[in-house]
Amino acid sequence: MTSTATTGHEKLTMAQALNRALRESMAADDSVVVFGEDVGALGGVFRITDGLTAEFGDTRCFDTPLAESGIVGMAVGMAMNGMRPVVEMQFDAFAYPAFEQITSHVAKMRNRTRGKVSLPMVIRIPYAGGIGGVEHHCDSSEAYYAHTPGLHVVTPANAADAHRLLRAAIASPDPVVFMEPKKLYWTKEEVDLGAELPGIGRAMIRREGTDATLIAYGPSVPVALEAAEVAAQEGRSLQVVDLRSIVPFDDETVCAAVRSTGRAVVVAEAPGFASVASEIVARVTERCFHSLAAPVRRAVGFDIPFPAPKLEHVQLPGVDRVLDAVDDLQWDLS
Amino acid sequence: MTRDLDLLLPSPHPVELIDPTGQTVAEATRELPDDAALLRAFAGLTTARRINDQASALARQGRLAVYPSSHGQEACQVAAAQVLTDDDWLFPTYRDTAAVVMRGVDVAEAFLPLQGAWHSGYDPHEHKTAPQATPLATQLLHAVGVAHAARLRGEPTVALALCGDGATSEGDFHEALNFAAVFRAPVVFLVQNNQYAISVPLARQSVAPSLAHKGIGYGVPGERVDGNDVAALLAVLGTAMARARAGEGPQLVEAHTYRMQPHTNADDSRRYRKDDEVAGWAERDPLARLETWLRQHDLLDDARLAAVTADADQLAARMRTELAGDATPEPAELFAHVYATPTPQLVEQAAVVADELSREDAHR
Ligand SMILES: Cc1ncc(C[n+]2csc(CCOP(=O)(O)OP(=O)(O)O)c2C)c(N)n1
Ligand SMILES: [Mg+2]
Repeated sequence: MTSTATTGHEKLTMAQALNRALRESMAADDSVVVFGEDVGALGGVFRITDGLTAEFGDTRCFDTPLAESGIVGMAVGMAMNGMRPVVEMQFDAFAYPAFEQITSHVAKMRNRTRGKVSLPMVIRIPYAGGIGGVEHHCDSSEAYYAHTPGLHVVTPANAADAHRLLRAAIASPDPVVFMEPKKLYWTKEEVDLGAELPGIGRAMIRREGTDATLIAYGPSVPVALEAAEVAAQEGRSLQVVDLRSIVPFDDETVCAAVRSTGRAVVVAEAPGFASVASEIVARVTERCFHSLAAPVRRAVGFDIPFPAPKLEHVQLPGVDRVLDAVDDLQWDLS
Repeated sequence: MTRDLDLLLPSPHPVELIDPTGQTVAEATRELPDDAALLRAFAGLTTARRINDQASALARQGRLAVYPSSHGQEACQVAAAQVLTDDDWLFPTYRDTAAVVMRGVDVAEAFLPLQGAWHSGYDPHEHKTAPQATPLATQLLHAVGVAHAARLRGEPTVALALCGDGATSEGDFHEALNFAAVFRAPVVFLVQNNQYAISVPLARQSVAPSLAHKGIGYGVPGERVDGNDVAALLAVLGTAMARARAGEGPQLVEAHTYRMQPHTNADDSRRYRKDDEVAGWAERDPLARLETWLRQHDLLDDARLAAVTADADQLAARMRTELAGDATPEPAELFAHVYATPTPQLVEQAAVVADELSREDAHR
């Protein structure tokens, strides 16, 4: 078992970084409890909770009966009574039985009680495609949560952010829906475990560029970076913004980036209709209209149920779809 | 109407007609199915076992995206298909592909989703078999609906709905029992209690006296059956189906069985259970006991066994050829069935995909 030391640089996968964040939070605060389906002996189907029961005991990390509404509903009660539950939904589509608890209670408790009852809880959801999963295992469900006032919605795109953001989410006084791009679980990266927590709500420029801005989050960030690399070889300089947090939304960073280039493409896996990508386009257009040389475009999923897994490459926005959108940014007019 | 509690209570022990050593159980509470039914069940068990083992092999070779094996649960799979008439509906889960094939769905269609197709493979209406359901317990309510509609339409249909032990913890399981009872719907719920929900053992699922007892609170009679004894399953399910068909309402049947293999080929069951526990259940194997019984009753000899095995081999061979292909499905079809008439947006998007793919082809 690895140590829970919080300092030093280490090469970790995103899965390991999340596991480390859980451990550190549990070690630092007795009120942090982890529960869900198969999170105990098995360590979760993605092994994010690996070793937690062994290290902290089965009152701190435990399996529940198989019922997502039950898991989230019980977490609400525990959060009302002094604990900080971190619950795992096994896959994106299997969080839907908990939707009522999430939208009617998790999201609204603070407001309904005029701030008297807060729910410091985290709902972890592995989401999106790209792992060859079968149906119901690949949904991009972020818009449902982002559309619900009262929920923070966070999604890291690399191991270091996964570590810091999960620690920040657990420390947050408000409920956080923590969306983990499962195709990035096994991507390794140098993580500074002692780095200061950035807090939730700040986007980051992942790559500098001057011609256009790609705005991405979670699983689409590596796609945007790859597209920028290809574009660079073709003589076009693309900037890449990683949102990290969908709610709160970092208008400041995103708009400053778009103003600096005058063109933007939003990259996301989810079906584009009424999506987070739509919201980004609307916000950028409202705020940056006079800096824009072309309408903001989207490179997103089609408006179809996720076609897992043989045709998932057709649905997922890849480098080509991103660069097609970039090509459409009215370059001949400038 | 209040119901007598005694009528709802399951028997104190699971119904068993042929014991694990292949002997007829003395003082059995039900009559043995007839010889023809047992011979048919034996052929079914042999085939179902081959389906499981062939599919697991194909999953290991990467021919299937994933396979949740029902190895060890074949008696449930076979009995579930065998008690149905052509009027009845089956509501299977992801683990019930063997039952789907026993129901008459061709392997080439039944395995399409596991191979990686985006759709359910077979035509549910053609086979009166719902698409295999992965979101746990959700299909149970659909079964109630199909059964209720059949009653309203004057059809003789009974719906048989399958789920696992873990699924009995989901809210939909309880809603389905209650709806079925309130509407007196002709539906039979078969819980394959294979002792685990992935890694979580039954003890973490429920502390009820048994899963069959869960019907009582809803006014649904419960029954427990040895899920590795196909004779007992045929008897218990047969009675439940007949009751439902006669308008006497739903029944909940809990079959005690065991998932001999990991949850799917992607699972590592050593993390949560010991090999000797698995070995103990191997002694309760559903095939071995029926074979012993049939031989003792002069219903099976080597020649007959060879014929049954040859049929199963043939099916396995068909699986190897049918499921070996790398046929990529047609992307344009992704836009054809989302709505009865594609929206204008989907028509546009289908054109985008066609354009993307044609340029990809041009690159090659
Ligand atoms: C609503 C929902 N939550 C979680 C899952 C993930 N999952 C798939 S199978 C499974 C275990 C189910 O156990 P059980 O009902 O006993 O059936 P078995 O797999 O043992 O046949 C889980 C948790 C799911 N498919 N649906
Ligand atoms: Mg089970």
